[in-house]
Amino acid sequence: MPAIEIKNASKSYLIKHKLSKSNTLREDLVNFSKSVFSKKNPSEKELFWALQNINLTVERGDRLGVIGSNGAGKSTLLKILSRVTAPTTGEIRIQGRMASLLEVGTGFHPELTGRENIYLNGSILGMKNYEINAQFDAIVEFAGIQQFLDTPVKRYSSGMYVRLGFAIAAHLEPEILIVDEVLAVGDADFQKKSIGKMRDVSKSGRTILFVSHNLTAVQNLCNKGAFLRKGELIDSGDINSVINNYVQNVASFQVKQEWVDQSKAPGDNGILAKRIELKSNEELETGTQLTTATPLKVEYEFWNDHDDIKLNVSIFLYTMTGQCIFNIANEGKIYKKGLIATEFNIPGNFLNDGSYFISMMVVKDESKPLFFFEEALMFDIQDFREDIEWVGKWPGAIRPLNLKLKTWQKEFNK
Amino acid sequence: MNNKKVKVISSYPSFWDYWKEVFDYRELFWILAKRDIMVRYKQTIFGVLWSILRPLISSMVYVFGVNRIGTLGENSEIPYILVILSGNILWLFFSQSLMTISLSVVTNNNLVSKVFFPRIIIPFSSFFLGLLDVIIGMCVFIGFCFYYSYIPDYKIIFAPIFIILAYLGASGIGLFAAVLNVKYRDIGQLIPFVISFGLFISPVLYTTDTVASHWTYKLFVLNPVTGCIDAFRWALLGDAFTFNWDSFIPLLVFCFVTLFVSIRYFRKHESSFVDYI
Repeated sequence: MPAIEIKNASKSYLIKHKLSKSNTLREDLVNFSKSVFSKKNPSEKELFWALQNINLTVERGDRLGVIGSNGAGKSTLLKILSRVTAPTTGEIRIQGRMASLLEVGTGFHPELTGRENIYLNGSILGMKNYEINAQFDAIVEFAGIQQFLDTPVKRYSSGMYVRLGFAIAAHLEPEILIVDEVLAVGDADFQKKSIGKMRDVSKSGRTILFVSHNLTAVQNLCNKGAFLRKGELIDSGDINSVINNYVQNVASFQVKQEWVDQSKAPGDNGILAKRIELKSNEELETGTQLTTATPLKVEYEFWNDHDDIKLNVSIFLYTMTGQCIFNIANEGKIYKKGLIATEFNIPGNFLNDGSYFISMMVVKDESKPLFFFEEALMFDIQDFREDIEWVGKWPGAIRPLNLKLKTWQKEFNK
Repeated sequence: MNNKKVKVISSYPSFWDYWKEVFDYRELFWILAKRDIMVRYKQTIFGVLWSILRPLISSMVYVFGVNRIGTLGENSEIPYILVILSGNILWLFFSQSLMTISLSVVTNNNLVSKVFFPRIIIPFSSFFLGLLDVIIGMCVFIGFCFYYSYIPDYKIIFAPIFIILAYLGASGIGLFAAVLNVKYRDIGQLIPFVISFGLFISPVLYTTDTVASHWTYKLFVLNPVTGCIDAFRWALLGDAFTFNWDSFIPLLVFCFVTLFVSIRYFRKHESSFVDYI
């Protein structure tokens, strides 16, 4: 008997669309009186399927990572599993005591002290009184709030609040634990502690369901994966193959653009793009995984329609949110009509994991932009770590590992 | 490990599974009640004294008000404050229970939307908070009894029955309101209005005898609070009040019918609270 068996589970929501939009109270009143007197409903109802026919079996001791982009139905699935809401159709069989952590500090009451909240939260999550008594010291120790045990939690810092919440949940000792992105909060040290705790839990043979956007954390912690898209289960099975599948499906890739015919090529002021390509050691195909360790090479070729013109090229690298990370230009040189090639190397261990795009600019006389080729390349970089214990999200737009941070002992205390 | 019972989640759980689960979570009734009790008087100066002051002050006001308007107190051989106080204790208990039950699901939405337990525990955990007030109110009542050297007779042992009936009556209406309030917050606005109106159609400020001859009496006794207060006064105030079956039978019918229907209604909707809250 598996720990969790989901059979044909679906969940639908009724969403209303207002057909006649109104911005003023007067229009609201008019619409309202219309809807009272005419039978026609001004709002249209639509059935939205947040989850559709999910079939999934989780064996005892499995650590299942649920991945998918926003709105894929991950949270709905967890909500159904943790019984916060009921499935519209289908059924789920669960064997063993289950605890869910959809939010840290569920049911904390701000007026109560830390001590009182440990008992309150513990029992809401399903612990019996004697279990809380037995775990009490361990919880306080894990959260590191000994000093503030008798302070109302409304006076806690947000970090303390989260730590206490996670500490209680971590000591639940259920047979099945459901966790929803709690690791996104707290400082690095605490993230490490909580991942470690979850690993301990999984080592003791318990079943874990874990939802996160942090693929690294999922890959580290889970052995099985389930990939949801628009409410449907696309893939499930071994975590690595599921993550690969996910990356190929979701990542927006544009690593090569080429034009053979000049008349179709983009361009301006006599400059026409011929080819732009992102290369690593091997040819990149859609879906190839670039990691932070991969050295990258940008190749740009364009036709020049001017004779004896002083040109230089400038490259811009942006994060997906549009923040410019760097802009580098070379020195201007005199070129003749014809094809001009440019090459630029981005070393490995320089970019952080995330999505980036590149724009290229061709400039005349080092001052006058002729053609700005925007968003020419788009690519995703996956995380890659060696010998690093910490698995939280690496902060920053770049990760220049070749910059060395030096520390030494300056003096000895006698 | 394998003999563990398998839990089945589907759109509507079976009757026995449901109540077994409520029983499994029974600790939570007390935990939630304890939370409400502990939180209630945090950061107040008078603290638990408020539980004494509330029935006391409102009863005093009623006594003064009524004494000035009418001479109802003179017909009775026992001090009028005891008549008012007994009615008021029950009325405060009823109205407050109705209020907390109606708003309970929405007030606890952080729990409802994040963690599972049988939702019916939320409204019913309010019982203990009200009960505490009743006990304190009764202490005040006994205090006045001593002051007037009046000793309630053996019938006082029936008083708890009527308190429980009052609670059942409140939850009969309250559970409906709690479910509706999840979707339509209008209910939250309506309930205080209903309660302030209820004070006038219930025999809190007066006794049932004074309206017995009026043509509205037949409607008046249908009010469940009337039944509770009549019976409560019968239990506490010796021979001054006869047991009023006219209002007690409607009370029993009301409690059983509304409670049965509203619990079914609550159960039907509780699994989808989170979708509307």
